[in-house]
Amino acid sequence: MNSQFVKKYRYSIILLRELVRTDFKLRYQGSALGYLWSLLRPLFLFVILYLVFVYFLRVGSDIPHWPVAMLLGIVLWNFFAEVTNNGVTSIVNQGDVIRKINFPKYVIILAGSVSAFINLLLNLVVIAVFMVINGVSLTWLAFLAPLLIIEVYAFALGIAFLLSTVFVKLRDINYIWEIVMQGLFYASAVIYPVALVLAKSELAAKLLLMNPVAQAIQDIRYVLITQTDTPTLVSVAHGAVWMLIPLGIVAFVLFLGAWVFKKQSPYFAENV
Amino acid sequence: MSEKSDIVLSVKDVTKDFYLPHEKQNSIKSAVVNLFKPRNKEADTQHALRGISFDIKEGEFFGILGRNGSGKSTTLKMISEIYQPTTGSVTHKGKLVPFIELGVGFNPELTGRENVYLNGALLGFSEKEIDARYDEIVAFAELENFMDQKLKNYSSGMQVRLAFAVATHAEADILVVDEVLAVGDADFQRKCYDFFKSLKKSGKTVVFVTHDMSAVREYCDRAILINEGKISAQGTADDVADEYLKLFNKSQGGSQGADDEKRWGDGRVRISEVSTEINRTSIKIKVALTAGNDSGMDDVVFGYKLTDSDGHLALGGNTLNCQQPKHLNFKKSETKNLVFSMPNILGNGTFSLSGTVRLSDGVTICDDWRNMAVFGNARDEGHYPVVAPATLEVL
Repeated sequence: MNSQFVKKYRYSIILLRELVRTDFKLRYQGSALGYLWSLLRPLFLFVILYLVFVYFLRVGSDIPHWPVAMLLGIVLWNFFAEVTNNGVTSIVNQGDVIRKINFPKYVIILAGSVSAFINLLLNLVVIAVFMVINGVSLTWLAFLAPLLIIEVYAFALGIAFLLSTVFVKLRDINYIWEIVMQGLFYASAVIYPVALVLAKSELAAKLLLMNPVAQAIQDIRYVLITQTDTPTLVSVAHGAVWMLIPLGIVAFVLFLGAWVFKKQSPYFAENV
Repeated sequence: MSEKSDIVLSVKDVTKDFYLPHEKQNSIKSAVVNLFKPRNKEADTQHALRGISFDIKEGEFFGILGRNGSGKSTTLKMISEIYQPTTGSVTHKGKLVPFIELGVGFNPELTGRENVYLNGALLGFSEKEIDARYDEIVAFAELENFMDQKLKNYSSGMQVRLAFAVATHAEADILVVDEVLAVGDADFQRKCYDFFKSLKKSGKTVVFVTHDMSAVREYCDRAILINEGKISAQGTADDVADEYLKLFNKSQGGSQGADDEKRWGDGRVRISEVSTEINRTSIKIKVALTAGNDSGMDDVVFGYKLTDSDGHLALGGNTLNCQQPKHLNFKKSETKNLVFSMPNILGNGTFSLSGTVRLSDGVTICDDWRNMAVFGNARDEGHYPVVAPATLEVL
């Protein structure tokens, strides 16, 4: 069974490895510190945001460990943004190769997402360091975090499949997506606590958390950092059944994206 | 021996249409604007292939011939599964590796070594498999000292060598090879053709697309000729190569294939028909000259020359310097047919025929037509049935 799987996807696996490796080699091409930047970039970003939010803006100062929670949100958001933004143009960017040789095209999207994921893991290492410094204590709930990361991954992947297919024929889509991402950033409670929204309007908080990105980020904060003053969809809407909405959106987008991509990918060579 | 079992590639009734909107709708504005315009769908559709079927057997060296824009590249991409057929089907057995271009996926920012692995992955090689062949590839490319340099620092010749080295080490059951492989300097071309020879010797199935008739005659067992999206001839390589050349020789008074822009003159006597007949031992050049219907013309001289694919003169002559010189005098609208016969002392290659009709004053040009016909000449190397007239002295 396993060997049959390997045989069928052998080519895809070989390509995926090589494309991810190439992506990493090219990313820090010619820089003296190289891969270290994967750690240094988030580190410096955190230091700056920490200073701004803790000493100047003082948003969420009453929420325990808010700076770390915010940084966690930013890291997850960056992962989501990297997968989708790179995904949109990735098929067209590989057009030259697509026109010369036949290979499973989904590998291009997967490779982009895998290198973003590796980046996410490196960022999470930095987050872990900050969590220790801040004295965050982990509970058994932390084991739920991987599932929530998978949810974000699936959502981003679905969007990347969908948008990259549309982009082949309609080149406006990357500008549209840029604007959507601007809006989604603020609708995902990345740099402000959901508690602030909840204090103003319960309905707004509920609607906000129906957005899979907001829901996942908030839930990861809940399971990893603190349960106090961290409203989640389940607590705001009073019922786990409400989780079906963001999860349904994720599943729908993933299947739609995969279906559209599968249908259209044989024609990429003549359309890019 | 069952006939069916050894067919490794089968193309059945394949058609391919490309939908070509006059303005490509890749922005919302043009999509919306065009939504309200009546559209003639048929006019926008290009029928690249109109029903093509053929089978290729195991171990065959199969040629696909055709002029530019005839649909042969589309056929190639169809076989390589880069394009999907609009109707019909393409199936193959075993591993198929296409070489439409050398060095697919090469990235100038990566080192030579990294590019070998990347290009190899696209051709379906795992890291281990490349590891095993790596030294051989590098030695073949003669780039031992450059593998850790970035590709952008390579000369174009070095890049091609590296790409070719990877390609020649690809192990496939079916290879699809575009003639563009044989670009580069003479040394590299020879290497390419040596590679083709070794493929033929090892009994690989090869699909080969080319314009070079001497290569077709030398390597291919069978071939098809594609013209305007249909197969217009199929059979042995020699027969199909002849058919291909007829496409050019049929050119009359500037029909397709002839280069009209390279034709000029006052037109008082025109070349009205051209054809060539080439076999292993002789060349016949047949032309018909027709005078205009205004007046007759005396002392007309017709000259021809054959140039090779590099544009160098191979041989030439005219109606005055041949063994039985003729003075041509034309009455009004008269047509004369001339036949030049000579031993075929040409080597391998593709030759083009140019002709000039002039008056014996040496100044008036009636019709000067460059590249009015093209033909190929194939020689087995080291075996010349016709020898050039030469004298020998032993000192």
